Amino acid sequence: MAVKVKIPVPLQRLTQGKEEIEGEAGTVMSLINSLDQKYPGIAERISEGGRIRRFVNVYVNEEDIRFLKNEETPVKDGDVVSIVPAIAGGCLHYYIRGRS
Amino acid sequence: MGFVKGLKCRECGRGYRIDPIYVCEFCFGPLEVIYDYEGIKRVITKEKIESRPRNLWRYKELLPVEGESTSALDTGFTPLVRADNLAKILGVKELYLKDDTVAHPTLSFKDRVVAVALARAKEFGFDTVACASTGNLAHSVSAHGARAGFKRFIFIPASLEKSKIIASLVYEPNLIAVNGNYDEVNRLCSEIANKYNWAFVNINIRPFYAEGSKTQGFEIIEQLGWCVPDAVVVPCASGSLMTKIWKSFKEMKEVGLIDEVNTKVYAAQATGCSPIVTAIKQGIDVIKPVRPQTIAKSLAIGNPADGYYATKVISESGGYGEDVSDEEIIEAMKLLAKTEGIFAETAGGVTLASAIKLIKDGRINKEDKIVLCITGNGLKTQEALTGHTIEPYYIEPNLDSFEEALKRINY
Repeated sequence: MAVKVKIPVPLQRLTQGKEEIEGEAGTVMSLINSLDQKYPGIAERISEGGRIRRFVNVYVNEEDIRFLKNEETPVKDGDVVSIVPAIAGGCLHYYIRGRS
Repeated sequence: MGFVKGLKCRECGRGYRIDPIYVCEFCFGPLEVIYDYEGIKRVITKEKIESRPRNLWRYKELLPVEGESTSALDTGFTPLVRADNLAKILGVKELYLKDDTVAHPTLSFKDRVVAVALARAKEFGFDTVACASTGNLAHSVSAHGARAGFKRFIFIPASLEKSKIIASLVYEPNLIAVNGNYDEVNRLCSEIANKYNWAFVNINIRPFYAEGSKTQGFEIIEQLGWCVPDAVVVPCASGSLMTKIWKSFKEMKEVGLIDEVNTKVYAAQATGCSPIVTAIKQGIDVIKPVRPQTIAKSLAIGNPADGYYATKVISESGGYGEDVSDEEIIEAMKLLAKTEGIFAETAGGVTLASAIKLIKDGRINKEDKIVLCITGNGLKTQEALTGHTIEPYYIEPNLDSFEEALKRINY
């Protein structure tokens, strides 16, 4: 069993279309770095300089990591981590593309 | 012809062409409109602005529209009221109220942002406009959209008060009452925006919509005789209005209409929903979301989209923030009405009550030129004052009864 990570639509291009992938237990930050080995490029979309990007929300088992230990929040096998772009007040879970 | 150069991510700086988009594809930061300030500087003058109609399009060079705005979207240029009665009570020298309680046509500052959003939506070629709202925004999109000839979809929580629903229904939009709370309405709207090619003013049109707030700041400067105030107190919901007022001051300097910006900006929130002020008081820029619990419903955003940028405005300008209780909000609403004759919504009470505290604590200097932003009309949310006003004198239809009442009044 590993950590389950839910990927938002705009990052699924990097996960070959997968909505859910698996990562290694540790901390939120080490988890994200571990994802990058299998899905190159994904870490820099979510984080910069070891910090989660300001407009990306991360939830561990539906709890916002800002209420836990931020990047240092521990994640263990079986936990569910959701990565959600914090658009329009943080309550929108879908990413809207403009017309092309 | 316009001076809009494009869109730019506020976080990572990536550039985008002008499109109905609002999130950076790379880092998910918000997109912002950028202008050719050098070009604007060459053509704009105080005299030129002053010669134009008294609405927000007099600042068109600094707004994100390309062509001539449609006359259907006439709003802005609300009074800047010198509030000497209130100033005396607060013990300050020079106090002004930017009075958007009389914004045309729906009595709140949302008329500014909606006018700009709809003008841009027309240029993008949309025929349908939409929003999720619990009040002022719904009224404004319904009204402006009617006059400008758009199909309109307004999404509200079904549990909304009857009076607010009627104030939208009268314009006959497609009013969709969703069985869910505001967050759920919002989430649904983002799905709908993804599927239908509509202009959601506060979703895919947001970078343009938000720019409309700058006009409140431009007007303050012009109405003060082309100078900035020393202090401006702004109510915060998402934090967007405050960041845009600050931007408007800096832009006026950038294009050479004023020499200096030495204004301190102050944030006002209700204690029951004060994520921005909490961060300001703690001296941090991390916004912890809260569950709102306040009578100031138009400010009740627990997870403010522009909260981070709002804290930056405070630190950059050297201002501060204050939060106030529901009782203080009501007292301030009444004080504003009985001293200056302005009936503001609860947000106005938040602004005044916060200003009173900031002055008392010496955060705002009593010698300062102070502007309070009053953003919406109290007639729409009268229930907030139920049980908190004085009572009428009930009399019989004869002179004796009246004179009996006069004695009680101590006339």
